[in-house]
Amino acid sequence: MEPIEKFRQETRDWLEANCPASMRTPTNDEDETPWGGRRAVWKNPDAKIWLDRMASRGWTAPTWPKAYGGGGLTKDENLVLQSEMRRIKARAPLASFGLWMLGPALLEFASEEQKKEFIPPIVRGEIRWCQGYSEPGAGSDLAGLQTKAEDKGDHYLVNGQKIWTSHADKADWIFCLVRTDPTKKHDGISFLLFDMTTPGVEARPITMISGASPFCETFFTDVKVPKKNLVGELNKGWTIAKRLLEHERSMISGMGLGSGVGSSASLESLAKDYAGEADGRIANGALRDHVVQQKMDGKAFALTLQRTAEEAKAGHGTGAASAIFKYYGTELNKRRYELMLEILGTRGLGWEGEGFTPEEIGITRSWLRSKGNSIEGGTSEVQLNVVAKRVLGLPD
Amino acid sequence: MAMVLTEEQQLLRDTATQFFQERVSIANLRRLRDTKDPTGFDRGVWKDMADLGFAGILISEKYGGTDFGPVGLGLVLEQAGRALAASPLVSTVLLCGSAVQLAGSATQRQEILSAIAAGEIVMALALEEGAHHNPAQIATHARPHGSGYRITGRKTFVLDGHVADKLIVAARTSGADGDKSGITLFLVDPKAKGVTIARTLMVDSRNAANISFDNVDVSSDSVLGSVDGGNDVLEQVLDIARIGLSAEMLGLVSEVFETTVTYLKERKQFGVPIGSFQALKHRAAVMFSEIELCRSVVLDALSALEARRNDVPRAASLAKARLSDTARLVTNEGLQMHGGMGMTDQFDIGLYMKRARVAAMTFGDGNFHRDRYAVLEGF
Repeated sequence: MEPIEKFRQETRDWLEANCPASMRTPTNDEDETPWGGRRAVWKNPDAKIWLDRMASRGWTAPTWPKAYGGGGLTKDENLVLQSEMRRIKARAPLASFGLWMLGPALLEFASEEQKKEFIPPIVRGEIRWCQGYSEPGAGSDLAGLQTKAEDKGDHYLVNGQKIWTSHADKADWIFCLVRTDPTKKHDGISFLLFDMTTPGVEARPITMISGASPFCETFFTDVKVPKKNLVGELNKGWTIAKRLLEHERSMISGMGLGSGVGSSASLESLAKDYAGEADGRIANGALRDHVVQQKMDGKAFALTLQRTAEEAKAGHGTGAASAIFKYYGTELNKRRYELMLEILGTRGLGWEGEGFTPEEIGITRSWLRSKGNSIEGGTSEVQLNVVAKRVLGLPD
Repeated sequence: MAMVLTEEQQLLRDTATQFFQERVSIANLRRLRDTKDPTGFDRGVWKDMADLGFAGILISEKYGGTDFGPVGLGLVLEQAGRALAASPLVSTVLLCGSAVQLAGSATQRQEILSAIAAGEIVMALALEEGAHHNPAQIATHARPHGSGYRITGRKTFVLDGHVADKLIVAARTSGADGDKSGITLFLVDPKAKGVTIARTLMVDSRNAANISFDNVDVSSDSVLGSVDGGNDVLEQVLDIARIGLSAEMLGLVSEVFETTVTYLKERKQFGVPIGSFQALKHRAAVMFSEIELCRSVVLDALSALEARRNDVPRAASLAKARLSDTARLVTNEGLQMHGGMGMTDQFDIGLYMKRARVAAMTFGDGNFHRDRYAVLEGF
């Protein structure tokens, strides 16, 4: 047997034996998202078992080096693992900014000591991270951030405010951009890690238009951060920040494929159910055209993600196409929810209570949530600027 | 998706790129137009294309073809689209060659396919009868007469119809106008008694014709495929042509877009390149995104054909709808961004816009293919 086929068989057997049955069903319940961390709440105890078993093999981070607790798998082995997990509809064992954003940046930029300290707890889901990037005065112009870190000999003293800090109220640690040289812009930024229980840290949830509060305002008042928690060189944090944003954008652009609430029912079946069917077709011709346009755009986008992945695998670079993923994926997702709202009619206009099904309320809330997709992680306008400058070479 | 080209395909692409750039520049199309060339394409160029193996690209080696397959053909068409090269590729290779390959008898294949591969004959498919693509809307009828058939009806938008050495005519042998069954394909000699051909001068300076059939007698040997079973062949042939036209339009939009971005960098107003204005930058970046999606759907459709996947109709409609719509967007934006110069005949952008509209309308535009996709998806 080929080594990769042997690996597939072993993986299949192991997953069969170790993935709890309740982890092989899809869920739309946000309370079931396995964020991990010191204060993790396990609504379904199987989720914790599943996480621990996967983490014991390093398969929460399949391609990270074994030295830091990762799975040490090759790209091909990871593809096998992912396809075997899909085969049994296994849920992702861990949802984590540490996994998606910080970890890859640490692997590239952190010292050996830092990697040993911070990466294994990410793999095991023990520490939940949040991202301290945006500030009230630094949104699209992120490098204009003002939160300052002063050198006090054996520590940095951090003062300032962050905003849109996802789940800061539930996170254990923060990776934070701070100004260490006020006389420079991009070259005066550093990348710091610190514990959210450090005195002087306060996170206040912000109520969003969807009614949820996933984001916080986060205040720092004389927060003492040990100097060993500086990642990379002093004043060179912007390079790390940009790389991490790339990971964030690729994470967000996956939304265009229609994850999230309401994705289990197809647009056309929703449209037939809510807006009427005639001779097997969506009765209203104009609505039918919107539905088919949305489906065809989604299919074309999915094919583009696939093409880029294949090009990358063949060693042709990630290709210029990746520059558009964040822009196109998020705009597609927003359009999808607008369309679902149109399809649901007044059933899509409920806020809460018994008058509407949980799925209907879920779609309404997700429609509101989706508006942020083209703002967070770099607005659509910033993405278009990036394409115009870096890909097309248009002048400033 | 067959993303990574084989060595043979890379060679073919390089050959096609060089050939269309050097041998079939846009000056070639302008000359055909300005001299009111009676043929409407350059026969010398077509012979060269055949010698390079382009005419036999879908034809097996048994009949003198090169059998490079659909992905190879896509590479050639993309380059032809960039150069706006007029040739009988669509009429003769995509449509009629495919029809004979799929439905022809051993004798028909032997005779016709080898002639196509050698670039010796031009063929045309007489299908459309109305202003919009509608392959089942066939009123032209063929009634049994003696030992053969007698055909009467009118066809329009027959690509290369006035220069064809042989016609394939879709005619009704049973059923009513609009029925998918009851359509039969006939091989018809354009010089036969009762055939009247009138060239129609099109906005893209390429060939099309109106053809009327007035009691045209054909033998029973001239049936291509089975009597009443023409629709199955037509559907497959049309999907090949739709995918091929999508590949041509991919070349067309890529060329227009690149030319436009270059213009944005060079043209100065208010003392700066107009490409520094965000109003134009964002529209250029949006077009770039759309074209990347176009490339994906075209490659997927070509791969579907090559691998004989069962979702060819869906992939064809996905590609043809997207390319038809994006070709409109990119040529309109390209013209606008060229300002007044874009309105002049001297600039090529107008030629691309004209071709984009004809290619979009050929065998179904965005509206047609979105509707078809919805039907294929069951709604």
